[in-house]
Amino acid sequence: MDQVPLFVRTQDAETLAPPPNEFGFWALTRRRFFPSIVSSIFTILLGALLVLVVWTILRWAIIDAVWTGENREVCAAPGAGACWPFVQARFMQWIYGFYPIDQRWRVNIVYLLGAATLLPLLIPSAPYKVWNAVAFFIVYPVITYFLLIGGVFGLVVVETPQWGGLLVTLVLSVTGIVFSLPAGILLALGRQSKMPVVRWLSIAFIETVRGVPLITVLFMASVMFPLFMPPGVNFDKLLKALVGVALFSAAYMAEEVRGGLQAVPKGQYEAAQSLGLSYWRVMGLVVMPQALRIVIPGIVNNFIGLFKDTSLVTVIGIFDLLNMVQAGFNDAVWASPQTGNTGYFSLALIYWAFCFAMSRYAIYVERRLDSGKKR
Amino acid sequence: MSQSQPKSELPEASRASWIHSPRFRGFAAQALALLVIFWIGYEIVGNTQANLSRLNKTFGFDFLTRSAGFDVITSLIPYSSSSSYGTALWVGFWNTLLVAALGIVFATLLGFIIGTMRLSKNWLVSSVATLYIETVRNIPLLLQIFIWYALVLKPLPGPRGALNVFNLMFISNRGVIMPMPVFANGAGVALAFLGVGILAAAGLIYWARRRQERTGQQFPAWPASIAIVILAPVLGLLLEGWPLSFDYPQLAGFNFKGGMTLIPELLALLAALSIYTASFIAEVVRAGILAVSKGQSEAANALGLSHGLTLRLVVIPQAMRVIIPPLASQYLNLTKNSSLAVAIGYPDLVAMGGTVINQSGKAIEVVLIWMVVYLGLSLLTSGFMNWFNFRMRLVER
Repeated sequence: MDQVPLFVRTQDAETLAPPPNEFGFWALTRRRFFPSIVSSIFTILLGALLVLVVWTILRWAIIDAVWTGENREVCAAPGAGACWPFVQARFMQWIYGFYPIDQRWRVNIVYLLGAATLLPLLIPSAPYKVWNAVAFFIVYPVITYFLLIGGVFGLVVVETPQWGGLLVTLVLSVTGIVFSLPAGILLALGRQSKMPVVRWLSIAFIETVRGVPLITVLFMASVMFPLFMPPGVNFDKLLKALVGVALFSAAYMAEEVRGGLQAVPKGQYEAAQSLGLSYWRVMGLVVMPQALRIVIPGIVNNFIGLFKDTSLVTVIGIFDLLNMVQAGFNDAVWASPQTGNTGYFSLALIYWAFCFAMSRYAIYVERRLDSGKKR
Repeated sequence: MSQSQPKSELPEASRASWIHSPRFRGFAAQALALLVIFWIGYEIVGNTQANLSRLNKTFGFDFLTRSAGFDVITSLIPYSSSSSYGTALWVGFWNTLLVAALGIVFATLLGFIIGTMRLSKNWLVSSVATLYIETVRNIPLLLQIFIWYALVLKPLPGPRGALNVFNLMFISNRGVIMPMPVFANGAGVALAFLGVGILAAAGLIYWARRRQERTGQQFPAWPASIAIVILAPVLGLLLEGWPLSFDYPQLAGFNFKGGMTLIPELLALLAALSIYTASFIAEVVRAGILAVSKGQSEAANALGLSHGLTLRLVVIPQAMRVIIPPLASQYLNLTKNSSLAVAIGYPDLVAMGGTVINQSGKAIEVVLIWMVVYLGLSLLTSGFMNWFNFRMRLVER
């Protein structure tokens, strides 16, 4: 045994540099962009396309763009890019519509109140969720109604045809969500009900509305509702669109909530029932809080769809954001080849910013829900 | 525990009165719901009758046979301004189907490409796909239609300065004008040959699959059947002395004569619909592929299957089970969204219906027709989905 020489290392071996093909900037670049020949070709082609697109947009929107001016002449010059003075001149109208200028503070208060009640509702750690929900879903719409229409507390009456732009888009989508969430919950419960009449009525409503395009619902609201009302009752145009949008989104919300209801384990229902709770208490205290928490991302995604879909009221002649911007294209002061493009580009940016923010929020909530389930 | 509660008292206490019995309450609630619905329906019918008679209108579908008196920019079936309202709506229905069918094809192709790109290991490829999805689906479809309409229509030259593609295709602000195939007598034979070819190809695929299951021998069934489907009608045409000619477009005055035209409204609508829906399909495809557990492809690798075979035989069949139901609902969304055609004046069902309402004042009837048609389409789709789910369900012992 003692012939075997004993070797015990007393110092650590020198640390070797990592293999150059696996680490470092170039290795990473190669692995990410040029792992194989086919992949490299894609990288080069797509890269070229990307550079081309980004450069075209940059050149049009910034480098060649016109930044200052009083009327169309600056923008009609050959080779001119985006016509930003048009946006500057019109921006207030896009946001407030034809709302009287000296009354715009009322719209501002509505925007601020909306943000103040909605944001804490969206932050999971903010306290007093129930009261917050009451404030957003009940108190806020009532205040908004009186503030925007006026006629009380000495406020001047502002008729709905004077509203427009972002104001109408937000009124439509917020009313849609405020109405459709409770209506959707009731419809979803109705669809799961043991009472056949209630169940079939709910199914008929949900499937009919989901089976037809929103535009036919809007047409129906605008040409058929007046016929359904007692003679002499005159409907406001915006109200008709609101009813159409609310009914439409309620059906989609119902399906979203149904998904949540089905995800709650049956044991929860049974446990609550065995405690002697009534139907509404089982739902209100045990099932719904769990189901709604699961479907928050779905509700937000629904709201994104609703927000985008409100642009369809353009077709029945309501001046929402899209229609408001388009209406400016034919203005003789600003009509130029670039006016329309600039307007559409700004619109796309505005809608994109709203929807992207909301979709990020939905993803954030989803991750948060997931992390609770995983260890 | 049991002796502390006298047993006899409990059932009596809970059976207090029939008012509290769930059965009675259920009946009462349903009767109430029915009453309310009937009352609302009664009010609506009564009000509508009163309103219609006040406006000197009647309810009925006899207007469908009356002459429409308006023209249409594009139609798949014969139509003139003296055709009936019914024909006008029929034109709209076929135009809806046309744009929906073309849109579904393009959206599927683009969606599958983008969806697989998003899963690529190449960082640039997956980022470009993500950029595409996040941009396109966060902008309202109606705005995208307007943008494409402005992009497609405005910068193109007029018919006289049209882009000329080999004297065959002309691209101008009147649309894309292409040669139209004209079939003479005897083309029916080619059509019959095509039918026979399709049947033969289906039979071949079935036979090849059965043989492989029995013996393990493989046969290149797909290339062979595609060749049969293409060659059969060509053979038919050859036998009949080639009864096929093309109507070439020619510039006459200020516009083109002959050929067939894809109008800019159709092109803009098609581009917007396909690109918008593709972004949703891409997400569906990605979710479907990710839903196949990694052990499946590892097991396939362990069996020695190549990468392509792994995808074709193991991953895709399982991913399709997850993909198809949401894919079908995206197809349905696309069909419903094609109703936005009304905003740029492409004569689909809704746009034609809108014109008919304006001309005839028959709002209720036309809205009913819309609802029946779109509901029919969605019932067909959901029927197909149920059948598909039944066919594709995992069969367990």
